[in-house]
Amino acid sequence: MAAEKPRNQTIGAVRRTFQPWADPDKKPLIRFENVVKRFGDFTAVDNVSLDIYEREFFALLGPSGCGKTTLMRMLAGFEEPTEGRLTLAGEDISGIPPYRRPVNMMFQSYALFPHMNVLDNIAFGLKQDKMPKADIAARVEEMLKLTKLEKFAKRKPHQLSGGQRQRVALARSLAKRPKVLLLDEPLGALDKKLREETQFELMDLQMDLGMTFLIVTHDQEEAMTVADRIAVMNHGVLMQVAPPAVIYEQPATRYVADFIGEVNLVEGKVISASGDETRLSSPITPHPLRVSQSLGLKPGEEACIAIRPEKLRISLDEPADTSENCFRGEIWDIGYLGDLSIYHVELECGQRIKVSQPNLSRVVQRPITWDDKVWVTFAPHAGVMLTR
Amino acid sequence: MRKGLTWFNVTSIALGFAFLYIPILILVIYSFNASRLVTVWAGFSTQWYWALLENDQLIDAAWVTLRIAFFSSLVATVLGTMAALALTRYGRFWGRSLFSGMIYAPLVMPEVITGLSLLLLFVAVNFDRGFWTVLLAHITFTMCFVAVVVQSRLVTFDRALEEAALDLGCPPFKTFFTITLPLILPAVVSGFMLAFTLSLDDLVIASFTTGPGATTLPMRIYSQVRLGVTPEINAVCTILIAIVTVVVIVASIVTKRAENLRQAEERAALQG
Amino acid sequence: MAMAGEKGRGRYLVLAVPYLWLVALFLAPFLIVFKISLSQDAIAQPPYTPLLDLSDGWAGFTDYLSQLSFDNYAYVLDFSNEFIQAYGSSLIIASISTVLLLLVGYPIAYGMARAPRSMQPTLLMLVILPFWTSFLIRVYAWIGILSPEGLLNQGLMALGIINEPLELLNTDIAVYIGIVYSYLPFMVLPLYSALEKLDLTLLEAAADLGCPPTKAFWTITFPLSLPGVAAGALLCFIPAVGEFVIPDLLGGSNTLMIGKSLWTEFTVNRSWTVSSAVAVLLLLVLVVPIVIYQNVQQRELEAGK
Repeated sequence: MAAEKPRNQTIGAVRRTFQPWADPDKKPLIRFENVVKRFGDFTAVDNVSLDIYEREFFALLGPSGCGKTTLMRMLAGFEEPTEGRLTLAGEDISGIPPYRRPVNMMFQSYALFPHMNVLDNIAFGLKQDKMPKADIAARVEEMLKLTKLEKFAKRKPHQLSGGQRQRVALARSLAKRPKVLLLDEPLGALDKKLREETQFELMDLQMDLGMTFLIVTHDQEEAMTVADRIAVMNHGVLMQVAPPAVIYEQPATRYVADFIGEVNLVEGKVISASGDETRLSSPITPHPLRVSQSLGLKPGEEACIAIRPEKLRISLDEPADTSENCFRGEIWDIGYLGDLSIYHVELECGQRIKVSQPNLSRVVQRPITWDDKVWVTFAPHAGVMLTR
Repeated sequence: MRKGLTWFNVTSIALGFAFLYIPILILVIYSFNASRLVTVWAGFSTQWYWALLENDQLIDAAWVTLRIAFFSSLVATVLGTMAALALTRYGRFWGRSLFSGMIYAPLVMPEVITGLSLLLLFVAVNFDRGFWTVLLAHITFTMCFVAVVVQSRLVTFDRALEEAALDLGCPPFKTFFTITLPLILPAVVSGFMLAFTLSLDDLVIASFTTGPGATTLPMRIYSQVRLGVTPEINAVCTILIAIVTVVVIVASIVTKRAENLRQAEERAALQG
Repeated sequence: MAMAGEKGRGRYLVLAVPYLWLVALFLAPFLIVFKISLSQDAIAQPPYTPLLDLSDGWAGFTDYLSQLSFDNYAYVLDFSNEFIQAYGSSLIIASISTVLLLLVGYPIAYGMARAPRSMQPTLLMLVILPFWTSFLIRVYAWIGILSPEGLLNQGLMALGIINEPLELLNTDIAVYIGIVYSYLPFMVLPLYSALEKLDLTLLEAAADLGCPPTKAFWTITFPLSLPGVAAGALLCFIPAVGEFVIPDLLGGSNTLMIGKSLWTEFTVNRSWTVSSAVAVLLLLVLVVPIVIYQNVQQRELEAGK
């Protein structure tokens, strides 16, 4: 969709400054207030409060069974909250049946009506609104064009490829111009390459239409790529709600740090804290550790340092300064991924850490190889201290 | 979204089952009626059951029927399973649509046509009518039911299992008996049970194809029923219903048990 | 034994045995029926002429052919012999019964498909169970209920709804009740399997797009259950046209059904040739629905793959 279209010059500007959640005067479009959902004894959603703003591309991210889909289905009207309130544009929508909510959903299975062709599938929602025939035809035409499905209008779902079905499902859920579009694992059935392309198409579409998108996914890369903000969920609880970069660089808990991307978690004890710096000792290295962060911890308290593999440096030579933030170990295993290599380093204490290094040069004089003795170091601002 | 049952669903199921079961229930109740008048309740009695024991004709007919049902369904199961294999596995072959037509047509063919045509065949080839002709007739129409039941299992059968056996050096014939048959066995067994009941139940085809000395139970019941409702017939029917009910319920409990056990084992395995 | 590329004798037998069996005992008899329908009754054993006698060689065969005639068909198609009326009334009774079966069976099948998963096998068994008990018994049970002094009339009179017994037994109404009752499992099962397969997210999608439940039933559920409707309707309609036991036991003397006419022609009038002609014509009437039924079945199985 985006390839031949000139880039909308405002997109960058909008994306750079779009932060409605930081504005205390801004009214949210969707508001979950202390929402609880139980199925029998099982609590699927546990006291969730969450605001989503107009024109936001919001992602619910978590492993399967974490309650993200239930949260979305409550918004669509397929489930009613056991406790709490759910408002859309300031109005309490609990008790309103799904067919009267100004919200549309793109289903994980696409749920295309098998006995109707592409045209009738897209027109289905418009017909329910008793829209005049000419208007329906115009809107369907527009949707077909938007999703590049003009040639397939007369086909039945079983005559379409996976990618085409996905676009029909998208066109159908967009046709009514809902206030909020809910996307339940929308790209889960596509192969990797098509999925990546479609992610960018979705972003452009959301920006062009100026709509609010809520996407449910278990794929962290997908969430990071498309969303303005991500909510990480586990066991029905919101773990952290923040923009992708914050989720990645400043995870709030060990769970979030571990769930998003790769991380090395180094357990430690505070030696001293001063200003915006904390020094810790760790059983896995004789050298003290220093991070440029202070959580107001007292000496003796326990904390954990989360360090991403790409923020560690590996070398065969002893670094100039070994007074802090360094580990000694031996290469246990190497994963060569082309653009980077992942080194599994076994420390003297037996614990293993992961280090990734970009392969910047095509030819290296002396590559790091199995059983090499190496030094691993990191900068004080590379690690994040976590207490939860 | 499984919203469960609405009152409409519950009512329609309840009324439907009432319609299906009340007539049978009435029949069973009146078999214990002391009065010979089937419309007046005159107290509980089992006399009609004892009277049955002295009815040699009826007992003979029951014995003939059981033998025919057993042997015909046995042969029908073998033939039907072969037919199902041929239909699902052989792709295109000469006369395929004729073959599948001959499998499906008997399922809906009015019994008077099947019965008449088989009778005329037996007369044309000068085959003495009796036990054997009924047996052949029953094999012919029940094998098609077996074929359809087994075929519906075979279409969902994972062919990779057979390919794995062949790959591991098991010859095709042996593969069928060690891999395919055990896995489709439930369908084969229900095909057998279906054939058995259809044979027990058949009146029209048996009436056409039978000869002297081979009167089946439905034929006996029919000739009595034409004369009106009698408590003896109620008693015979009750016994038949009881046997069938017990067999079906036991069979379903056995399969349910096996299924539950399997699920419990799967859960245990998943939990390590 | 049916592996691709495997061309053993076993493979050949698996097809040949049931094939030849059906050719000999299903197809060949029809040809004989057709042949006899062109013959004349005779007081002999077998009771028809001509008999094909090949001892005279070719002349015997041509002689045989020249004696065949369509007289029996003329007889059956003669309006005054009431076979035409029997065909017509069989088709009407079977059609009305099929519609009644749909009206009764659809809500049951729908309720079963919406029941909790854990309950469904039990409900399914309860629908099938009456089918396992004898057809004859089930028809017989209604004689006691519908007779003038039967339970239904007793009940209605006790409730004061009627003053004198309704004439139910030996009427067309009793035939409808009998057919609906006996064929109900055949209607419910295909409907249930079609409705049970329905992907419920389609209904969610419809609701999400603004379609209320009742409308969603008619735009989504019902159209998608049509293969089940077709299978159930044909599975009931075709045998009902040729039904013999139900009109014989529950119907009256003026209930005309072709199955009964054929039976009477064969057992009472002892005319093998006319009954054969009746059978051939009945088959001609049913050939179209039978072919449609086979196509529906075939498509169901293809879809299951």
